[in-house]
Amino acid sequence: MAIRTQFENSSDVGVFSILTNSYCVVPIGGSENFYSTFEAELVDTEPEVPVIHASIAGCRVLGSLAVGNSRGLLVPSTTTDQELQHLRNSLPDKVVVQRVEERLSALGNCVACNDYVALVHPEMDRETEEIIHDVLGVDIFRETVAGSALVGTYATFSNNGGLVHPHVTVEEMDQLASLFQVPITAGTVNRGSDMIGAGVVVNDWIAFAGIDTTAPEISVIDDIFKLQGTAPSSMIEEMRGALIDSLA
Amino acid sequence: MAHQVPGGSMDILPTNTVATIGCCLCGASIPPNPANMCVTCLRTKVDISEGVCKSSFIFWCKGCERYLAPPDRWVFAELESRELLALCLRSLKGLSKVKLVDAGFIWTEPHSKRLRVQLTIQKEVFNGAILQQTFEVVYVVQNQFCNDCHAMEAEQSWTTSVQVRQKVAHKRTFLQLEQLILKHKIHLNTVGIKEYPDGLDFYYKTQSAGTKLVEFLSARVPVRTTMAKKLISQDDSNNTYKYKFTVAVEIVPICRDDLVALPRKTAARHGNITPLVLCSKVASVLHIVDPLTAQHEEITSVAFWKTPFRSLATRSDLTEFIVLDIEPLDYSEAEAGSKFSLADAQVSRISDFGVNDITFNVTTHLGHLLQAGDHVLGYDLVNSNFNDVNFDKLDASSLPEIVLVRKSYRHTRRKRKRRTWKLQELAKISYHEEPNTAGKRKSAAASRRLRTEAEQAERDREVFLRDIEEDPELRAEINLYRADDYAEILRERELRASGAAPMDPADDDDDDASDELEDIPIEDLLDPMEAVTIDDPTADPDPDAPPGRHSVDIVPVAGPSDEPSVLF
Repeated sequence: MAIRTQFENSSDVGVFSILTNSYCVVPIGGSENFYSTFEAELVDTEPEVPVIHASIAGCRVLGSLAVGNSRGLLVPSTTTDQELQHLRNSLPDKVVVQRVEERLSALGNCVACNDYVALVHPEMDRETEEIIHDVLGVDIFRETVAGSALVGTYATFSNNGGLVHPHVTVEEMDQLASLFQVPITAGTVNRGSDMIGAGVVVNDWIAFAGIDTTAPEISVIDDIFKLQGTAPSSMIEEMRGALIDSLA
Repeated sequence: MAHQVPGGSMDILPTNTVATIGCCLCGASIPPNPANMCVTCLRTKVDISEGVCKSSFIFWCKGCERYLAPPDRWVFAELESRELLALCLRSLKGLSKVKLVDAGFIWTEPHSKRLRVQLTIQKEVFNGAILQQTFEVVYVVQNQFCNDCHAMEAEQSWTTSVQVRQKVAHKRTFLQLEQLILKHKIHLNTVGIKEYPDGLDFYYKTQSAGTKLVEFLSARVPVRTTMAKKLISQDDSNNTYKYKFTVAVEIVPICRDDLVALPRKTAARHGNITPLVLCSKVASVLHIVDPLTAQHEEITSVAFWKTPFRSLATRSDLTEFIVLDIEPLDYSEAEAGSKFSLADAQVSRISDFGVNDITFNVTTHLGHLLQAGDHVLGYDLVNSNFNDVNFDKLDASSLPEIVLVRKSYRHTRRKRKRRTWKLQELAKISYHEEPNTAGKRKSAAASRRLRTEAEQAERDREVFLRDIEEDPELRAEINLYRADDYAEILRERELRASGAAPMDPADDDDDDASDELEDIPIEDLLDPMEAVTIDDPTADPDPDAPPGRHSVDIVPVAGPSDEPSVLF
């Protein structure tokens, strides 16, 4: 089920938050309302996801700067030691937090991933690529989305589906679907905005979209990310594993 | 470490099939566009005609049926005309922010006071999406009197009127004055000129402009002026008063060639001249000449109005004579510089000439002009019966039988030539054309009177035009313009002169007459392009009309600016 929210009058919730199956990071300070929206949906539920206040390099735009999945979190080189320590302390133990020395420091904009596959900016370092592979445990593909290298901005993927920029052609979507092994669709968020990654954060059972997102857009998000039944993720995960196995 | 993309963009040129997305508002399947909305939703979201007024006003003056073109121009426009559409669009607010693709009128009932205009506009919304929309704008036609009509209605377009009058039976004086006014451009500040039976009314915005005319007139004709003012409005607190001034200018009712019997006092005061005199010239003073002694005196207007007198006979009473013999008189007491020289002449009436032997021996002041065989005009006192107090006091026995007045060219004019020149004319409005009577039907008597007046005016004009031809002195005072068909007339004349096309031998009998009146020299004529012609009311398709009718240009009465002046 997709929830509409906003961060301090901004609908770009993907810029200000990171959501995975195992944790959620929101900026410190600012709108407590934003934080409580996440907390209401994620804490004290089954499965429980910790919601963490953090900052990266003193900035609140941590969705753009950091990227992560349920296994790990990558933060840019500008992150201070203190912030890194805070993240390590707050995140569940199984989540690996790693600082990346990468010229393209807005990792959130340059990487789009789920728990298995990651699209990265075509100009990203080989070393960074390796780190991403190791920490997040994903297969890496250098790709563009709708002609843009900022794959993290224009696409969002969960283990159930993917939503990409409306200008992505059918052929490109077929290709992405075969990479991710999940259904992909083109769509919009925030009343026609094509910046999907900035407008929506999603994990396997819940999504948070910008407050401008219309009902048809919500329904597209619900459909493609299979949020309708809020089915237990573990079961899906098992099925997923089986599918991967059989394909492999 | 990166995996090779299966079927990646490196290997094969991908075919690009545009994916459809759901419209972000209604979910309808559409190809992506900058707004990511279907057209219907886009239209509901953004109204490109938002900044454009959907209803507006347009002002119309019912007095002159013109529309207001803001800020202050009034223009004529037909319903559903291009001009009106332009006017509507120009007055519409917000149209500059969109691109106008099409505009047209939707028919409305003419009396509905509504104009419906259908507009099609285009505008760019978001980045690159251009929307087109057709909508209707309703204009309410509101009545608003234009300034001109307002002034006309309030009769406030003038503050000073100059009423120039001369109580004589003809209009020659005014025809001449008109030419003088035109030449000296006195008419430029006039708001309107109205024609009355006895004269003209000139209307001015300022009192000073009126005074200028009065001064101009009093420098040229003997006049008596009286001024009156009428209080229009007053403001005691500011001590301002608004008046309308009326200057009545009465011109001495004596014209050139008039026969006058002077009151005895007047005669005594002016060199003890013989009371029976001719008026030789009317300038700022009245010039009189005694035909029997060629004594020449001037009567100022002051002197005239002290003891006014009337003319005994005017030009219409002239009789034509033929000079049989003429003998100059040496003892003429006329001074050296005098225009006149005395002569004894034997004349006979043209009507008597060759019929009987009645001749008259007269003394005339026209000795320098006349030769035996000349035709001459004069007053025939033998057959005249004057009803005048001053005349009755004269000694009947000393009266001359005939008073010769001027040499006649009438016989040389048996065949009327087309004139090579024309005059300008002031745009006058007749007193008949009062706005309140214009629409009414005229009675038969009124229209007959009008016709008579028109004929009379035409005769006066013709006489005046002949005077111009005969009198170089008069010609020097006025502007003559080349006629429109001037070249054609000259060509015809050349043809006739060279005998290539003898038109009618009977017509040519006067061409070799020694006293044939010379044509006005071509170099004296002005280019008609210098005159601004607005209208030629005398243009008449009637082929029988006398040629003089066409030798007129109308000069607009206009202020220094080009605004249409108010004529009332």
